[in-house]
Amino acid sequence: MKHWSGFNIASVAVGLAFLYLPITILVIYSFNASRLVTVWGGFSTHWYGELFHNQGLMDAAWVTIRVALLSASVTTVLGTMAAVVLNRFHRFPGRLLFSGMVAAPMVMPDVILGLSLLLLFVSLDLDRGFWTVVLAHITCTMCFVTVVVQSRLVSFDRSLEEAAQDLGCPPWKAFFLVTLPVIWPAVAAGWMLTFTLSLDDLVIASFTSGPGATTLPMKIYSQVRLGVTPEINAVCTILIAIVSLGVVVAALVNRRQEQRRARDERLAAQ
Amino acid sequence: MTAVPDNSPGQRTRRRPSRLSRGFVVAVPYLWLLFFFLLPFLIVFKISFSQTAIAQPPYLPVIGLADLVSGGWTKLRQLTIDNYTWIAGDPLYVKAYLSSLRMAAISTALALLVGYPVAYGIARAPRSIRSLLVMLTILPFWTSFLIRVYAWIGILKNEGLLNQLLLWLGVIAQPLTILNTDVAIYIGIVYSYLPFMILPIYASLERMDHRLVEAANDLGCPPTRAFWAITFPLSLPGVLAGIFLVFIPAVGEFVIPDLLGGSSTLMIGKTLWDEFFSNRDWPVSSAVAVVLLMVLVIPIMIFQRLQARQEGAV
Repeated sequence: MKHWSGFNIASVAVGLAFLYLPITILVIYSFNASRLVTVWGGFSTHWYGELFHNQGLMDAAWVTIRVALLSASVTTVLGTMAAVVLNRFHRFPGRLLFSGMVAAPMVMPDVILGLSLLLLFVSLDLDRGFWTVVLAHITCTMCFVTVVVQSRLVSFDRSLEEAAQDLGCPPWKAFFLVTLPVIWPAVAAGWMLTFTLSLDDLVIASFTSGPGATTLPMKIYSQVRLGVTPEINAVCTILIAIVSLGVVVAALVNRRQEQRRARDERLAAQ
Repeated sequence: MTAVPDNSPGQRTRRRPSRLSRGFVVAVPYLWLLFFFLLPFLIVFKISFSQTAIAQPPYLPVIGLADLVSGGWTKLRQLTIDNYTWIAGDPLYVKAYLSSLRMAAISTALALLVGYPVAYGIARAPRSIRSLLVMLTILPFWTSFLIRVYAWIGILKNEGLLNQLLLWLGVIAQPLTILNTDVAIYIGIVYSYLPFMILPIYASLERMDHRLVEAANDLGCPPTRAFWAITFPLSLPGVLAGIFLVFIPAVGEFVIPDLLGGSSTLMIGKTLWDEFFSNRDWPVSSAVAVVLLMVLVIPIMIFQRLQARQEGAV
């Protein structure tokens, strides 16, 4: 059965349509001239202009971007360390607890994570705001970097690193000069994943944020509760555009690298 | 001739990571998780046994480090299980737990029904476009969860696009009320978590040796029977992974029931949120969280066991 049957094509088409239609409609309606969200009143970029005059929204966007940049960067370092630990160090006291703690936030409901972190910050008497959201996001997204990097480390040929060490390279230097360049795409993917997760998060930020540190999802949420508005459609469209662009560029870069690696390997084999 | 390096064990110069650097690499993420993940849970656990108080923080007793050292018996005696008896006695909470489990189960079943054919279709697609299809499945996952749920409000509203389309087609005479009902929640959960169902099923179908099915067909087995006898059992690990990946987060979901569900919808994630933000009852919301965690521990453990067995089998 080499051919792709009609039924298979149809189910893939219907599945993808289901995944993309709502987003597409949202994007189209962000260019609607009418204030009524369900009536088409002609093409307009009016709401995008409006957006840049909405100071509250712009402040929230700025807070969100800073939170996401900072937390994604710290998370990537911590998550990569955790991946190395799980991949390389098979015996140390409390390994079971460690692997459990790394995996747990991935399946834990956001409301529980948010509540528990808030209660920690309260008992530490920390003022809630920008930094508490950053700390919370680092903790809750670390597992994703670990999973992505760990799956790459599994297929990494350790003899490369050992060769460097045999030649007298210190282990940490071997990691940075040999291992890291090879697993780099996974690390970058982990960074991007946590960046977008932080950009999107509503529940954990709502629990751990304080006055003066309203993130964009919190702002969007409070507006959405009042109803669908063209401005929100416009904000969402911009966010979707940024994220899609990032993902597509990352995928293309990744593919170029793979192709180059395949070519290098072919040349080396000759 | 160049000198050949001596590789006898005694002459080895390989530099192994020192105890100190190993310890550092382990300690940093370990301490972080102990402090920001485990400790908060212990605090939630403790506060779930505290009494509600009109104070800042709004619970009693507040046990400090000094109390732990000096025993602090008078304070420890203030701990109660009242919050748990309150939850068990109030039908609202019991109903919310049960209806969360029920709604998550129904949504998971629907996601499987929608996701399996898609995963199967992708696995059977020509190799050249397969990775593109997988990427297209993952891409929506990268866009904001909140935005994707929000997008459905405009579609499902009474005067929304779905009703307009159905009225125009003449399928219905009156607009259907979908938004603010359980149906909207099912749609929202299936839509948001569909990639989690498709990807593991696709992964196990892709690994499968399709010649098995061809052999069965050659021997006269009808395609439907070959599917249930060969393909489906072989894709079962992916199906199970998909079921847990959708079910577990769906139980504690907050955004979907809040935006798409109605006022009569009971889901525990929303109950916890309201208890915390509207009623400001921290001890009761902590107790709700502890019970939710206990409810989820069983499926989480089964899932971890399945994953571990999978990794062992490969």
